[in-house]
Amino acid sequence: MRSPASRVRNPQSAIRRGGLRVWGMLCLLAAAVALAGAAAPAPQAPQDLEEQVREIAAQLRCPVCQNLSVGDSPSGLANEMRGVIREKLKAGESRQQIEAYFTSKYGEWILLAPMKKGFNLLAWGLPFVGIVAGAFAVVFLTRRWAGREGATDGGGGEGVPPANPEDAAYRERLRRELDEFAR
Amino acid sequence: MSWKKALIPLAALPLIGLLAYGFTTDPRAIPSPLIKKPAPPFTMTVYDGGPLSLEGLRGKVVLLNFWASWCFPACYEEAPELERAWRAYRDRGLVVGVDIQDTEAAGRQFIDQFKLTFANGPDPGGKIAIDYGVYGVPETFVIDRQGVIAHKQVGGVTDQMVAEQVEPLLKP
Repeated sequence: MRSPASRVRNPQSAIRRGGLRVWGMLCLLAAAVALAGAAAPAPQAPQDLEEQVREIAAQLRCPVCQNLSVGDSPSGLANEMRGVIREKLKAGESRQQIEAYFTSKYGEWILLAPMKKGFNLLAWGLPFVGIVAGAFAVVFLTRRWAGREGATDGGGGEGVPPANPEDAAYRERLRRELDEFAR
Repeated sequence: MSWKKALIPLAALPLIGLLAYGFTTDPRAIPSPLIKKPAPPFTMTVYDGGPLSLEGLRGKVVLLNFWASWCFPACYEEAPELERAWRAYRDRGLVVGVDIQDTEAAGRQFIDQFKLTFANGPDPGGKIAIDYGVYGVPETFVIDRQGVIAHKQVGGVTDQMVAEQVEPLLKP
């Protein structure tokens, strides 16, 4: 016969197993994100010039209409910037060189995605820290709630000896009435 | 138990601090990385004149002004002040105007309207403007005798700004 104490532990170990599953899923997610990140900037085959211009322009912020990229902005300055990108590509400059050129003139501000270094790492890292902290909170809280529930309903369920004689009396009465109802 | 409860708001503090810092900065202000750096060299063809290269102006303080005829009212307000600065400092300093994203006819009309006598030229393709990280007009760079950018003025040039930024550079 199991003691009420062992019953209390049961849902918790189930949650603990659930916690493991959550961790497994998180690890998979992290791996997927890491793989996607590694795959994205893979070196591409030589492509058509305009496509390259568009790709670089899409990474630069238009200084005039500041919520658009140089690629999307219809402003005169963005148009001229696309011209400069085109000329630099024709001159054989790499994408990195062109981005470095614009950064040296307008500052890091011009890059739509902040560089992955220094203070900027916060922007890159905090979302993942948030996900992990959220997972921790979910696991911690569900374990606590499940534990509390197990503690309060101790002794009531089926197959468990009644905690006190009064319960037994009610149980007996309920059985009798159900029998009567079924008849 | 009480200190544990206090941990939750405490954990939010760095985030609030970060947000507070973000709100104190102006997302539209673009700090120029060019200050205290050598001014990017350029050559332009002056309206009604020959080529003008920045290299050739070494040894003089240069007010390099980016403007456009469509830039109203700021460029219209500062034009007389630039002309005044040019007349005041012409023996020791220079004012050079670069007309960006403009048509030649409109640019010439602007120069006529204000009777500008300092060197002004167009910037086809925006090459000079982009080389100086210009994002709007008017913008003015103060370049010292050694060819180093001492100051960048975003918005119209005023007599006061000229006095504050140019006078110290003119001292021998």
